[in-house]
Amino acid sequence: MMRRHLAGVLAAPLLVGTALAAAPAEGEAEGGLPQLNTETYASQVFWLLIAFLVLYLLMSRIFLPRLGGMIEERRQRVADDFDKAAEFKRQAEEAEAEYKRALSDAKARASKIAQETRDEIDAEIRAMQADTDQKLEAEIAAAEARIEETSAQAASAVREAARETTRAVVMALIDEQPSDDAVDAALKSAEGARS
Amino acid sequence: MNLGLVERFLPDMLRPFAAGPMEQFEIVPIFPLSFNGAIDLSFTNASLWMAIVVGTSLLFFTLATRRLQLIPGGTQSMGEVAYEFIAGMVRDTMGDEGRQFFPFVFTLFTFIFLCNLLGLLPSIPGSPASFHTFTVTSHIIVTFVLAILSVGLVVVYGLIKHGFGFLKLFAPSGVPLWLMPLIVPIEIISFLSRPVSLAVRLFANMLAGHVVLKVFAGFVGTLLTAGGVLSVISIVPLFGIVLVFLLEFLVAFLQAFVFAILTCIYLQDALHPSH
Repeated sequence: MMRRHLAGVLAAPLLVGTALAAAPAEGEAEGGLPQLNTETYASQVFWLLIAFLVLYLLMSRIFLPRLGGMIEERRQRVADDFDKAAEFKRQAEEAEAEYKRALSDAKARASKIAQETRDEIDAEIRAMQADTDQKLEAEIAAAEARIEETSAQAASAVREAARETTRAVVMALIDEQPSDDAVDAALKSAEGARS
Repeated sequence: MNLGLVERFLPDMLRPFAAGPMEQFEIVPIFPLSFNGAIDLSFTNASLWMAIVVGTSLLFFTLATRRLQLIPGGTQSMGEVAYEFIAGMVRDTMGDEGRQFFPFVFTLFTFIFLCNLLGLLPSIPGSPASFHTFTVTSHIIVTFVLAILSVGLVVVYGLIKHGFGFLKLFAPSGVPLWLMPLIVPIEIISFLSRPVSLAVRLFANMLAGHVVLKVFAGFVGTLLTAGGVLSVISIVPLFGIVLVFLLEFLVAFLQAFVFAILTCIYLQDALHPSH
């Protein structure tokens, strides 16, 4: 309704204007700025106030609320979308944290199993080593005992041989059968001198 | 051939300039209207252009808000740019309290900008004087009334909201008491000069721009009809017109912007008189 009314306001001067088309401006022959002609002031102020009021009402009642409402709606929408995005991000982060926790759990479990297995193997190795060591020691001891025995036998064999030899040498030199005691004493003293 | 055409149409084309650079500011009654023969309220070419300005904004904002969309089309986004521009200006100068003044500042800006801009339209050659393009804001009375509207709003709102506290505007806080006799008159004078400076700034800019355009146009006409080498030289003021015309688009926007932002700054005084 307001629009039709305003169209009327706009159309009226056009019609009147065509009627006045024949009449050109008088040119205000008195000179000076037309802006300083105070006779035109009342009309200008009057129509200016009307025009400004009409524009103000159009703007404040119709156009600005419409535009502002739209902008506000868009802002809400964008804010909503941002909220939603933040929510999705939070969920994604949660899922990631969950995944990381599961991963670290699995890693911990795996390393525990590995540790246990390693310990077991270590223990087994240690047991086997101890076993082997024991066996070897026993063998070494046996071998040492054998060597001892053999060397003792060898020593007594050498002593017997030395006795025989001494006896034979004495026999040959002084043709006399030395007593066992004398030979032993002589051998002992020789052994003592040597060592 | 070409010259013949120019000679045939030149007188008609030059007729708007023949009356001198001030002819464009003449007020020509279209629809005589007076009360008791004393107050002349005739509908004039100035009134016509005010109506054209209102009609143009009506048309533009109707197109802009006809089918509002979340993702705006061309006209709607232009309307939204204007809205956000003035809303930002109001918010930056006055904060959220300034929202109540937003429609006023927006109307002021739109009106002044369109008056300035539409005043730059060329007149139709040979049309009657009442239909020549007219710049509403090139009249001091118009700019003065607009300035009074904005400063008047400052005073009225300030007095309603703060009562006598509004007078603190003239006594800035933090000034020593013995300086007050000096500061208060200065503040009062500066306050009173606000509407004058608002009005004169806009008026003088519009007046000067249009006078310069018409003077250059007059040069072109004079040189073109002088013939010979002078006709060729007429290209120089023609370029001048183009440059000044482009500059005038900037001025049209800038002056509307300055008027609106100064209004915002003055309204901030009404919100908080003790600065």
